[in-house]
Amino acid sequence: MLLEISAFLVLEKLILVAIILGISLFIAMYSTYAERKLAAFIQDRRGPNRAGIFGILQPLADGGKLFFKEEIIPEYANKFLFILGPAIFMITACMTSAVIPWGSTLHIFGKDISLQVADVNIGILYIFGVVSLGVYGIMVGGWASNNKYSLLGTIRAASQIISYELAMGLSLIALLMITGSLSLKDIVEQQSHGVWYIVYQPIGFLIFLVCAFAECNRTPFDLAECDSELVMGFHTEYSSMKLGFYLFAEYINMFISSAVMVTLYFGGYNFPGMHSLHVSPNTLTILGVIAFFVKIFIFLFFFIWVRWTVPRFRYDQLMKLGWKMLIPLAILNLLITGALMLYLHH
Amino acid sequence: MESLTNRSKPVDRRPMNLWEKIYLPAVIKGLGITLKHLFKKKATYNFPEQTRPFSPVFRGLHILNRDEEGRERCTACGLCAVACPAEAITMEAAERKPGEEHLYREEKYAARYEINMLRCIFCGFCEETCPKDAIYLTETFAPANYQRKGFIYGKEDLLIPFPEKENQPVTEKP
Ligand code: SF4
Ligand code: SF4
Repeated sequence: MLLEISAFLVLEKLILVAIILGISLFIAMYSTYAERKLAAFIQDRRGPNRAGIFGILQPLADGGKLFFKEEIIPEYANKFLFILGPAIFMITACMTSAVIPWGSTLHIFGKDISLQVADVNIGILYIFGVVSLGVYGIMVGGWASNNKYSLLGTIRAASQIISYELAMGLSLIALLMITGSLSLKDIVEQQSHGVWYIVYQPIGFLIFLVCAFAECNRTPFDLAECDSELVMGFHTEYSSMKLGFYLFAEYINMFISSAVMVTLYFGGYNFPGMHSLHVSPNTLTILGVIAFFVKIFIFLFFFIWVRWTVPRFRYDQLMKLGWKMLIPLAILNLLITGALMLYLHH
Repeated sequence: MESLTNRSKPVDRRPMNLWEKIYLPAVIKGLGITLKHLFKKKATYNFPEQTRPFSPVFRGLHILNRDEEGRERCTACGLCAVACPAEAITMEAAERKPGEEHLYREEKYAARYEINMLRCIFCGFCEETCPKDAIYLTETFAPANYQRKGFIYGKEDLLIPFPEKENQPVTEKP
């Protein structure tokens, strides 16, 4: 049964992978533009407005610039690892999008096409696994640079991501107790008829959100980069497109974590009143995809908005927040959720 | 110690209370502030298309002035160079020859007169100190240059052009 994979299925999945990859790259590209524009607006400036109208071609110009920059590999760097670092970071950033359900099913050519590359029954575990692989991209790159600032950035990034992954996992367990499933598709479908899980898990969501900021290395937790203290943190020695990969992958990570948060807590591709709408299933699916992306954009806006508001945490504050506040809070949330579930079942 | 302006605020070093320790209220307040700024009027001027209006007392590049008959006013007294806090002015004096009365107003004139615009702080002391009303600060500023020596402005850059016609009034800054 398992070996009966038809050529059509392979083709279908390949097209879907290409589209999703393209969309994530495109959105990551324009997040850099949004980042610069919003930063400018928040600081009462205008932002990039020279390349194309409203500077709409700015990401292309930035990309082109990075592409044609001189490629510098430090003499004492480990060449193989130095190149491997950004490669791992970029690949892991792109890999997570595979299990996210971007929409329900489309009926084309008499076939049901699921808008999810792989409905793995352990979707969440897969995402966690891949995301924690991403830290190797940072570690390998920082270590291979043979530079003390890179190394310091690396150490910070590694310890930060490890500490916040704990709280993130704990906050997630409370959610999984309610859903009873690890498959992202199931979780979204459950929210289709009931309420969104943010209602059941407000504290869990808050912890998840804070941890997502830490996982993406975004301000207020951007200690790994930390421009003002560590030059550029782990990618101090990088130039040209390898630097581009690091910067770009960060935006992809931001996009994916927005997508994960929307999927887990904000109903994924569901939107209010979708069952009272009398349209064809295909239209409904497309509307759902649009709703999903609108929610993602709101999250992306939030990521950027926070970056230009909150200053960076100090290292000890970061660790205190992670270990002494978020983890106990997550455990408390877990206990309360469990107790309530037991109480309501009896 | 008594502070100079009485505007300094003492730093609050009390340990944070619980409300402050959960950070979120402060973060939300900050988000509100930045959201307000999102819609504020932008302070930027789109430079090449849009220039910023200068204040009436703006002090820019210098000019060396001529008198009503088009003769150079500067007598190379060197007072501007002495007054200059940045030591940006250098000059060499020369004596007026007979027959040059239509060129220089006084018997002594500046054969070489240079201002280093990289040193100059545009304080305007040279303008204030000049007894002959010869030097003025205008409303333009020094354009960018590729080399340092491009910022040393000689007499040919500073002196306002010789009036072509007799009846054309010499522009003089009020
Ligand atoms: S500019 Fe005025 S102060 Fe300076 S040397 Fe000439 S006359 Fe004297
Ligand atoms: S403006 Fe001030 S600094 Fe500049 S040349 Fe005149 S006196 Fe010197």
